[in-house]
Amino acid sequence: MTIIKSSNLWFKYSGSSEWAIREVNIEINEGEFVVLAGRSGCGKSTLMRCFNGLIPHFYEGEMIGKVEVCGLDTRENPTYILSQYAGMVFQNPDNQLFALTVEADIAFALENLSIPKEEIRERVDWALRVMGIEELRDKSSLELSGGQKQKVAIASILAMRPQILLLDEPTSSLDPFSAKQLIDTIISLNQKYKITILIAEHRLDLLLPYASRMIVIDDGRIVLDGKPREVLDKHDVMPYGVSVPRIVKVATQLKKSLGYSFNHVVPLSVEEFVEILRRWRN
Amino acid sequence: MIVFENVEYVYPNGFKALRGVNLEIESGEIVALMGENGAGKTTLLKHLNGLLKPFSGRVLVDGVDTRRTTVASLSRKVGIVFQNAEEMFFSPTIYEEIAFALNNFRYPEDVIQKRVGWALKFMELEEYRDKSPFLLSGGEKKRLALAIILAWSPEVVALDEPTVGQDILQKEKMIQIIRQANQQGKTIIISSHDVEFIADIKPRIILMSKGRIVKDGPAEEVLTDIPLLQECSLLPPQIVSLTSRLDFLGIRPKLAGPEEIAVEIARRLK
Ligand SMILES: Nc1ncnc2c1ncn2[C@@H]1O[C@H](COP(=O)(O)OP(=O)(O)OP(=O)(O)O)[C@@H](O)[C@H]1O
Ligand SMILES: Nc1ncnc2c1ncn2[C@@H]1O[C@H](COP(=O)(O)OP(=O)(O)OP(=O)(O)O)[C@@H](O)[C@H]1O
Ligand SMILES: [Mg+2]
Ligand SMILES: [Mg+2]
Repeated sequence: MTIIKSSNLWFKYSGSSEWAIREVNIEINEGEFVVLAGRSGCGKSTLMRCFNGLIPHFYEGEMIGKVEVCGLDTRENPTYILSQYAGMVFQNPDNQLFALTVEADIAFALENLSIPKEEIRERVDWALRVMGIEELRDKSSLELSGGQKQKVAIASILAMRPQILLLDEPTSSLDPFSAKQLIDTIISLNQKYKITILIAEHRLDLLLPYASRMIVIDDGRIVLDGKPREVLDKHDVMPYGVSVPRIVKVATQLKKSLGYSFNHVVPLSVEEFVEILRRWRN
Repeated sequence: MIVFENVEYVYPNGFKALRGVNLEIESGEIVALMGENGAGKTTLLKHLNGLLKPFSGRVLVDGVDTRRTTVASLSRKVGIVFQNAEEMFFSPTIYEEIAFALNNFRYPEDVIQKRVGWALKFMELEEYRDKSPFLLSGGEKKRLALAIILAWSPEVVALDEPTVGQDILQKEKMIQIIRQANQQGKTIIISSHDVEFIADIKPRIILMSKGRIVKDGPAEEVLTDIPLLQECSLLPPQIVSLTSRLDFLGIRPKLAGPEEIAVEIARRLK
């Protein structure tokens, strides 16, 4: 079932002469795990803002075309409704926190939705546990390190239990261990609760093995769209500013200059590559 | 030269973020601070220009105790690119944002124009010169933060998570900038979790955990010590992970470029 649909979408920020989004036609199905990639400034955050209604309701500019999220036309529904379906974690967590305690910050949006107290407590506990930040519960959100803030911001969105999770560079401030943990969490949210995931990221090593789809954006347009393995096998994505995992580079090099094709399987994880090499040797 | 002598730092809420840090950084070095979220990297960097002063112990910048001088005078020598770039912005336009510090340092107007123009061009922000800093994309904001510091050209450049939000093309450029600045004699101190980025630079690495320095050594040594990295919530670079599992091909864990590893694998597969 289609959960996000845009038809002939264009967007230009007011005061800007260039279109930030150009002719985007996209259909995302329920349960997909989509990675949005592309150079800095290509339009990843802007596209996500179109999917939770911040565009056109909050950001001024010119929008052409139509976006439907869970069947709701984003033009005709306010953001507080849309954000219950599509929760977005912003690129800069400071823009999402209110300097209360961590616990209060996570409960904040839920209280505004007049959810019963008992359920709010449960959801807050769950979100803290899922993000592994139970010990930060009583800290002030202002007294956290960059990565800790990022985790709190994600917990506050998770607590809303949205059907679609829009994550704008969620791992960029996290240490690799926390990044891996977060991605594992996202995978389980995707698999267990069938939450549809859209992630904008520059660091793809940890994500690609799990993504069902990779969309590359360049200058506001979708230029590549497919399964990560196929996209990386068929196209050189470097010119679009997409960082290819190092092991993919090793495999490509082996193929290009040394003639090892590995039956056209692009390894997306170290484990996979080691397995391929083992088989090849025997 | 920068010296930390048994530095402890306690935030106003009573949290002890630095627990006895001893450190010497020679001028002209490239040093990376790595470690888990909350390890104390940003807290340490903020001691370099006196934004934070030690609770006990002392920090010396070229022999001057940071407690005996001002942030304004230390800033000429030490420029910090903040982790959250927005903390550095307050001007209506990007041009003015970069010019601000240069005005404060009383450079003549023509020099200011030249420097700002150069920094805008260098960081690929020319088309935005009259835009508000707050209306840039995430990665562009970070580049502006770097442009501000590069324009005033301090002897010590501290970069707090410089690759956050940057695409691979920008990262490669950042490596060039770091090398170039270093060749001009500048000291570069980078706080970063981005192991691939640090693996490309191969600097001296200072590993931090829970407010302490737990290891200080060359990149080749630190980034191939997988158990140690794990203790600090870091994962090894992908090439190190790969080579550490190629025992069956007779390959040892090592830090190298993809081409070199490809050649070695091919040789062993034959
Ligand atoms: N609020 C805004 N007002 C005006 N222009 C904006 C605004 N936000 C972004 N832009 C511009 O729109 C374009 C797309 O920006 P966007 O933030 O979507 O890029 P991005 O792909 O998310 O980049 P990054 O990887 O750096 O976060 C850029 O040229 C940017 O300068
Ligand atoms: N203003 C503050 N008040 C109280 N505690 C703080 C404050 N800022 C940071 N801390 C705490 O001090 C510790 C070190 O924080 P710091 O920002 O130096 O970490 P970091 O190593 O830079 O982490 P990250 O990788 O997440 O940026 C953390 O536990 C953090 O919660
Ligand atoms: Mg963005
Ligand atoms: Mg930090």
